[in-house]
Amino acid sequence: MNTLIDRLAKLFSISDVVHQRPNLAFVTTPMENTIHLITHLRDRESFSLFVMLSCVDWIEDNQFQLTYVLNNPTEKIDVGIRCFINRDSATMESAHYLWKQVATYQRELKEMYGIDFPGSPRVDESFILEGWDNIPPMRRDFDTKKYSEETFFPRERPQSNDPAQYMKSKLYPDE
Amino acid sequence: MEFDFKHLGFTLLGLLIVLNWGLLMSALMQKIGARVARRIGIRLYQPWIDLIKNYAIRSQISHGIMFYLGPVFRFSGGVGIFLFMPLIVGSVMWSNYSFQGDLVLIMYFQFFGMLGMALGAGESGHPNSAIGISRGLAQFTAIEAPLTLAIISLAIQYNTLSIVDIVEAQQGGIQNWSAWTNPFATIAGMLAALGSMGHSPFNLVKAPNEIPIGPPTEYHGTFLGVLRTNAAILHVMEAALFMNLFFGGANNWFEFILKTFLIYFWSVFVGVVFPRFRIEQSVAWFFKIPLIAGVVAIILFM
Amino acid sequence: MSDEKNKFENPDYAKRTVIGPDGKSFVVDPMQDYFLDARPKVYEPVSIPVVEKFLNWARSESLWVLGFGTGCGSIEIPPLMTPRFDAFRFGVQSRATPRQSNVFIISGYLSIKTLKRVVRSYEQMQNPKYVLALGSCTINGGMYFDSYNTINRLDHYIPVDVYVAGCMPRPEALLAGFNKLKSLIREGKAENGNKYVKDFDWYKANQKKIIKDWNMPDYNW
Repeated sequence: MNTLIDRLAKLFSISDVVHQRPNLAFVTTPMENTIHLITHLRDRESFSLFVMLSCVDWIEDNQFQLTYVLNNPTEKIDVGIRCFINRDSATMESAHYLWKQVATYQRELKEMYGIDFPGSPRVDESFILEGWDNIPPMRRDFDTKKYSEETFFPRERPQSNDPAQYMKSKLYPDE
Repeated sequence: MEFDFKHLGFTLLGLLIVLNWGLLMSALMQKIGARVARRIGIRLYQPWIDLIKNYAIRSQISHGIMFYLGPVFRFSGGVGIFLFMPLIVGSVMWSNYSFQGDLVLIMYFQFFGMLGMALGAGESGHPNSAIGISRGLAQFTAIEAPLTLAIISLAIQYNTLSIVDIVEAQQGGIQNWSAWTNPFATIAGMLAALGSMGHSPFNLVKAPNEIPIGPPTEYHGTFLGVLRTNAAILHVMEAALFMNLFFGGANNWFEFILKTFLIYFWSVFVGVVFPRFRIEQSVAWFFKIPLIAGVVAIILFM
Repeated sequence: MSDEKNKFENPDYAKRTVIGPDGKSFVVDPMQDYFLDARPKVYEPVSIPVVEKFLNWARSESLWVLGFGTGCGSIEIPPLMTPRFDAFRFGVQSRATPRQSNVFIISGYLSIKTLKRVVRSYEQMQNPKYVLALGSCTINGGMYFDSYNTINRLDHYIPVDVYVAGCMPRPEALLAGFNKLKSLIREGKAENGNKYVKDFDWYKANQKKIIKDWNMPDYNW
């Protein structure tokens, strides 16, 4: 694993290396570099298996963090490649031509976070939210509780009391 | 022959008996399946309740004229087989109208119901119906091959196509049954019976967990009630056909019920033990041992 | 755009007037081949009380369940049908098609996408039809009460006969729900198929409020 990170460091600008487990490491790389690094890992380092692509919304820093996790089936090691993209103009280079299933992940991210992947097949189609017309629901500035209360006819909840106060007033009404 | 109201009355009574016996048999079949799976299973009167419930559904959806006619054709196929099938040997009243028809007519009625159902279910427009029909017709064609060979062999043996004559030739003891005198035709016929009863190894056509639910996907309410009524009659009649052809017919109602039960449950017992065939497997299966047995049966009586 | 949506927006499928080869003009509506959009009808019970009582008894003893698992509760259906609980004893059987089913078990949370399919399946079931709602998710949203994508109250979208509370209710609770449903049917109180028709506009308004891409007719047969 360490030799792999060293080899990558010579070729790409990587930072914040996190050794999560002996067979799992995360590296951070600028977004311009990310797809090159993934292509290099797939073609030269035999990371032939694409595990997943996920996203974290760092609303305080005004950026999204994308994590591509790749697996090397022969050496049984995983590498996660992180990159940060701007939250306001959320656009990322598409990696659908590397693995077919990446397109599905990108479609989901487009729907759930509003991150655009130009050129990715069917990226504009609705994925699971059919006909969503609000801001993307997994963005942290989307208030899901408020939306639910406005939309889904919440049932009136019965009046509830603090158990300690309630039992005190029941058992010792004089105090 | 003159029209005889008494004869008609006995025929209708026979239809009623056969219908109820068929419903009871389908309940017993599910009960046995449940016991094999270590369940208690349905109540014995469940098929009657299901039938009443289906006829009591208030709303019906139509997809066109053939959709209406499909269950009617199927039902007339079942009743047609009943009308030309002798139930009790030697009894004029319980022979229905079998003296007016023969084996070829019964074979035709078997296919007639299938085709009517195919047209009706085809008009319902559901893809599962279309898949079920194509599978059902393919499998039924494969079933017909050994069955027809067995019947031709019997026709050569007894030199007649009339069921009444075939049954009467088998009277006088177990040694006269076709099962003894023509064992290869019996093998071919009984293996074909496994398929025509539509139980487990060969129920890909309408197994609910295979394609939901096959040809009757769109049928509901009264349509489904008619189909289920027909299924009850048809099951008994198929068993009665094999009873008359191979096992010496029945001399009284007790014998009729015992023999049809055993023949019907030959397919049920096979069904609860063996898993389901895919359609190409089942078609290929009928073209192996059953077909060879049928050919041998014909060669022996040439 | 999915294919289904395309059909509705494609001008080739739009309703239009065509002049035939014989010179007569007639109206063509290709989507009618896919859907009937007539309003549903109320089917009154048989007016003779004894007959209706007998039929209700038959209906209550022959409950055919639509095999449609919507949420996590559908995992409770296999043990219900297999040797441990064996609901066949009580006349409960499962059917794979909405046409032949009477009981719709909403088994757990309903996302909006599933609700659309549920509405379609429910409307394809034939009168009389019953709904058995399983789990607290169908009552008040349960643990998904603040989700952007799951409904809170099922009875605003389709009428519900029996609620079975719990998260998740065990098969015993489901059997108790079936018994409750049976007694309701026998008393003639389970007429929610007609209730849906009578309050049709209210149900439709609620459904359309949350199903944003409404690409189906108002009533699916």
